[in-house]
Amino acid sequence: MAEALKVPTMAEYMAAGKQPEVLFWVGCAGSFDDRAKKITKAFVKLLQKADVDFAVLGTEESCTGDPAKRAGNEFLFQMQAATNIEVLNGYEIKKIVTACPHCFNTIKNEYPGLGGSYEVMHHTQFLKSLLNEGRLKVEGGKFKGKKITFHDPCYLGRANNEYEAPRDLLRKLEVELVEMKKCKRNGLCCGAGGAQMFKEPEPGNKDVNIKRTEQALEVNPEIIAAGCPFCNTMMTDGVKNKEKEGDIAVMDVAEMIANAEEL
Amino acid sequence: MHIIAQILFVIALLAGVGFFARNIKRLIRNIKLGREIDRNDRAGERFAKMARIAFGQSKMVRKPVAGFLHVVVYLGFIIINIEVLEIVIDGVFGTHRIFSFMGGFYNVLIAAFEILAFLVLVGVIIFWIRRNLMNIYRFLSRELKGWPKNDANYILYFEMVLMLLFLTMNAADHQLQLNGAEHYALGHSMQAAFPISNFILPIFDGMTNASLVIVERTAWWLHILGILFFLNYLYYSKHLHILLAFPNVYYSKLQPKGEFDNLEAVKKEVALMMDPDADPFAAPAEDAEEEPEKFGASDIFDLNQVQLLNSYTCTECGRCTAECPANQTGKKLSPRKIMMDTRDRVEEVGAIINQKGKFEDDGKQLLDDYILREELWACTTCNACVEACPVGIDPLSIILDMRRYLVMEQSAAPQELAIAMTNIENNGAPWPYNQMDRLNWAEENK
Ligand code: SF4
Ligand code: SF4
Repeated sequence: MAEALKVPTMAEYMAAGKQPEVLFWVGCAGSFDDRAKKITKAFVKLLQKADVDFAVLGTEESCTGDPAKRAGNEFLFQMQAATNIEVLNGYEIKKIVTACPHCFNTIKNEYPGLGGSYEVMHHTQFLKSLLNEGRLKVEGGKFKGKKITFHDPCYLGRANNEYEAPRDLLRKLEVELVEMKKCKRNGLCCGAGGAQMFKEPEPGNKDVNIKRTEQALEVNPEIIAAGCPFCNTMMTDGVKNKEKEGDIAVMDVAEMIANAEEL
Repeated sequence: MHIIAQILFVIALLAGVGFFARNIKRLIRNIKLGREIDRNDRAGERFAKMARIAFGQSKMVRKPVAGFLHVVVYLGFIIINIEVLEIVIDGVFGTHRIFSFMGGFYNVLIAAFEILAFLVLVGVIIFWIRRNLMNIYRFLSRELKGWPKNDANYILYFEMVLMLLFLTMNAADHQLQLNGAEHYALGHSMQAAFPISNFILPIFDGMTNASLVIVERTAWWLHILGILFFLNYLYYSKHLHILLAFPNVYYSKLQPKGEFDNLEAVKKEVALMMDPDADPFAAPAEDAEEEPEKFGASDIFDLNQVQLLNSYTCTECGRCTAECPANQTGKKLSPRKIMMDTRDRVEEVGAIINQKGKFEDDGKQLLDDYILREELWACTTCNACVEACPVGIDPLSIILDMRRYLVMEQSAAPQELAIAMTNIENNGAPWPYNQMDRLNWAEENK
């Protein structure tokens, strides 16, 4: 399949006088980062497969401001938020789904105080609801019985108390889910949060992503599953650093499902 | 003779309680140095959280060994207070075991106290061994050298001595009762009431009643004076958490951990900047007299009162630091140190106020003089420290407020971050890509 994905934008919907069921908030990583773009595409295929009526903002989307806020630049954050909220409210958006826990957290928790209240879901939550409603069917396929460990993104897990949605999806794939010694509310950060993604770490004896990868390797997984484009990058780098990239894949849960469905 | 003892007792009691009250006043004054913050909403939820986490110790037991021992010492502490009440009444009125009129039930109570005292003793000894002889990561950090380490040990020694005094007092009392000594004889037998101190009875073999009375009175006095001293030691110690854990949990953040507050001062400015009708040359509003609001925190005055309360509540247990990814990978950041630094600075400011009646600039501040920029920039804002803290402390909020100061007041972000922020401002993404290319992925082949 070499044809381009058909991804409708809000502007097109507006022109046609329609409202989509859900807005897919792609995020900066999902839009620009080569690895993360694959996650974006996999998720879009799943949306299409489940016949979800969705749209993206496209060129009207801008950074949520998460890295600015967490770096301490509240000005920049609020400017970004104000611009985004203006666009979102202009389109009368009700429901948003995103594959990035940072976008998810910011829009869900921090935008309401600035005038932007929406129902916001992480893509694993949304996929789970599609499964529950019977709109999407998932079977183990090629992942059946494979040993897989899930790395909790801080901004989905601890920050928002969602530990089960991604795990439920993995169980649907009939994988052998093994937990790292640090998981769920005790999970270790991948090292990218709080705008660390965009700077060199402070001096120490190890990078955080290496430490986290070591914890993952302890349980001997075939795949490290992730639910965040930044975690994905960090863990991929960690696996490379340990020269394990031939044996261990790092995959987003959405990619795994799309892959199991051979999309 | 008795009356003199009673008078001395009342004086000791008033002095102890009075000094304590003075310290509490100072504590409240110091916390009020922080900015006001409204955390009086959702009282029901707050009470429930306090009952669960502070009273019910639900987070303590996540570490089974330390958690279990702590629950024992905690229960011991609470229950033995009934005994302290009796001691106080006896002390003031010159009575002996005033509650013993309860008969059999009293025996049960005293027996329970003895067993608890013994368990506390065992617990405290194990705590001491863990802290001093075992290489437990969170007890080895650099911020625990000196006073914090000694403080922790003093508390343990103190508790050991208090428990031993309690048991000695009981044993001597019991022997005197058996001897039928005047003043010590009770209306009923307390035979069954001393399951632990029974074991130390033999050391009194052959002692006269007069010496026994001296032993009993000495233990009794030292015990209660010790408690009064301990009460006043609290303020200077991490042990203050036994009082502050409750309000601290009550006022802790109820929103999702990932939700950071939207600064009100910034809201105003942004609204002005976004408003096409705002006249940039308009005369400043009537509140122009006010000092322009400072963004973020460089000293304790910029932190809010809950953050300062947090710093006084910190137990220096280091659970936060043990979970911190930055700390685990050898970076300078330790969330515990952030809390200890904050308290040290509040205390320093408080001392100036005690001395001079008001705060006079001492040329120091929390930033740089206590907390280093390198520590602040190492944080991934992962909330592991917040999750780990058994008493609801939020070290991350202080880190974030200090970053805000660095970035918004000083433009002192690390250079790469400054670049990422410029990108966000110009391109709507932290990377130098054009916003117009945002949908390119949809055009690419899969
Ligand atoms: S939030 Fe920051 S200080 Fe707290 S554990 Fe995470 S990295 Fe450490
Ligand atoms: S902040 Fe909490 S977890 Fe950290 S040392 Fe203090 S009491 Fe312990």
